[in-house]
Amino acid sequence: MRPAILPSRHRAALAAAALLTLALAACSPQDDGDSSAASSPSGSASGTTAGACSPGGLATRTAGKFTVGTDNPAYDPWFVDDKPSNGKGYESAVAYAVAKQLGYTGDQVVWQKVPFNSAFSPGAKNFDVDINQVSITPERRKTVDFSPGYYDVRQAVVAPKGSKIAGARSLADLKNAKLGAQVGTTSLDVIDDLVKPTKQPAVFQRNDLAVAALKNGQVDGIVVDLPTAFYVTGAQVPDAKVIGQFSTTGTTPEQFGMVLDKGSKLTPCVSQAVTALRKDGTLAALEKKWLSDAVNAPVLK
Amino acid sequence: MTVQDGPERGGGDVTAPAPPAAARDLGGGTTSAPDEYRPSARRVARERYRRTRTRRAFAVATASTLATAAVLYALIVNSPGWDRTRQTFFDAHYARISLHPILHGLWLNLRLLAVCGAVVLVAGLLMALLRTLRGPVFFPVRALATAYVDFFRGLPLIICILLCVFGIPALRLTGVTNNPVLLGAFALCLTYTAYVAEVFRAGIESVHPSQRAAARSLGLSNAQAMRYVVLPQAVRRVVPPLLNDLVSLQKDTGLVSIGGAVDAVYAAQIIASRDFNYTPYVIAGLIFVAITIPMTRFTDWVAARMNRRQSQGGAV
Repeated sequence: MRPAILPSRHRAALAAAALLTLALAACSPQDDGDSSAASSPSGSASGTTAGACSPGGLATRTAGKFTVGTDNPAYDPWFVDDKPSNGKGYESAVAYAVAKQLGYTGDQVVWQKVPFNSAFSPGAKNFDVDINQVSITPERRKTVDFSPGYYDVRQAVVAPKGSKIAGARSLADLKNAKLGAQVGTTSLDVIDDLVKPTKQPAVFQRNDLAVAALKNGQVDGIVVDLPTAFYVTGAQVPDAKVIGQFSTTGTTPEQFGMVLDKGSKLTPCVSQAVTALRKDGTLAALEKKWLSDAVNAPVLK
Repeated sequence: MTVQDGPERGGGDVTAPAPPAAARDLGGGTTSAPDEYRPSARRVARERYRRTRTRRAFAVATASTLATAAVLYALIVNSPGWDRTRQTFFDAHYARISLHPILHGLWLNLRLLAVCGAVVLVAGLLMALLRTLRGPVFFPVRALATAYVDFFRGLPLIICILLCVFGIPALRLTGVTNNPVLLGAFALCLTYTAYVAEVFRAGIESVHPSQRAAARSLGLSNAQAMRYVVLPQAVRRVVPPLLNDLVSLQKDTGLVSIGGAVDAVYAAQIIASRDFNYTPYVIAGLIFVAITIPMTRFTDWVAARMNRRQSQGGAV
């Protein structure tokens, strides 16, 4: 005689099994089709010819739209008034130029707030390209794709006029200074690898915190890229000055590049666009327009 | 798992001194000799049955755990993004290079935890005592303490730290440090003192009024009653929530990195954002968990010891 109703223990086990199955089904992998090319070497136009970059018809996240990510707040002089969509500021202008090169009109460009940390997370990206003063390094290439560089970066030291390093002429003069930089920037690498100060550098989450510490005298000086340095001394801390810039380390000059998902189908087309803009002088013109303040500063050897 | 009632005995000729009558098993057993105890057949059967049930429960639990683990493992490893996830989160090379900077940063966390923890415990207890003072004359003290607790419990810690680290130096006061670590520690103490004060106050108010009344009737003053009767019981009761706050403080010490100091998590972030690899975060997280577990066990042990003493009527 089988009991008509299962003993409660068995029912509980069945229910648990059913629940587990449901839970697993709910979080079972959804292949969204963007991981197939995970292993294609970045930057190589893998079989993509110029013809494949049909104007305005790329395989973007949203068809017919070109989604560009940047961090919030977006800082001068790369953006103006914290509004990436106004086309003002060097990076905003470059983004619109690249979009135009790819056949997208200005109103087809969608801006997306992308914190620096999530620009390189391995999950699905919510942008087509991310433009956020990200320096290109071989280590980073393992995780994301980069466009060719759209700006050659030089790092500079900013210090208050009364600071003890205000008269620094060489790297040795910075040895005993308390320097600060933003996390995730090559400015920090410059301090660690080039200056090698005796005091541990202060590392800030955002540039405005670094500037606040500079104003308070909590650091002797901060290291930022040259355009930012001139913006800091021009608009944020009038009584500070650009002490000098660092000579480029290594063989390749440091460059900012646009970030794309690893193996993104757009990488070849975006790369072509950036290269074309560099060749026809658009980038140089935009640089002159938006970053013309970044004149030269003495080089610290 | 079931608990065996009594020592296991072999089902055979075990000779043992007869237990006292009170402790004699009453399972309907017959004793063959007055000086020899033989478990009854019924008892042997019962114990055997219990053993098999225990074994079976253990086997089922093991099997279901293994099955769950296998399913989860298969799910994760076969997910389309697993290869990239593994490279980004579990990379031996980055684990190696990040370990030293993280441990170096952890030293800052631990120093902050020790100093802030001590300050917070003392200040929190003091604040709780101020809030529980009796008598109308102390109203302003009570009101101020209450206002302090309300304000700093409500103020988000990150804002408190920002205001302390960047706001206090902006005042340019002479003799006040502008060291971001000290200012950050000050902010931590402000916020956590408010939390801990509430924990202590809850403990104090949970002691039954009769305790105080009895102490007073024995001739102890209000202060003595608080010191010798109420507080020992109150503190013992709030050890677990205090540990909660201490663990929470341990993790929040990292927030002083807003001022530029490098703690364990920040050291991980520096490497992660330099090379676009998340492995350092995983390492830092595991290290924090590894620190918290012994701390929890230790406090459990302290609480258990306190309870033992209390139930034995020993010295409080």
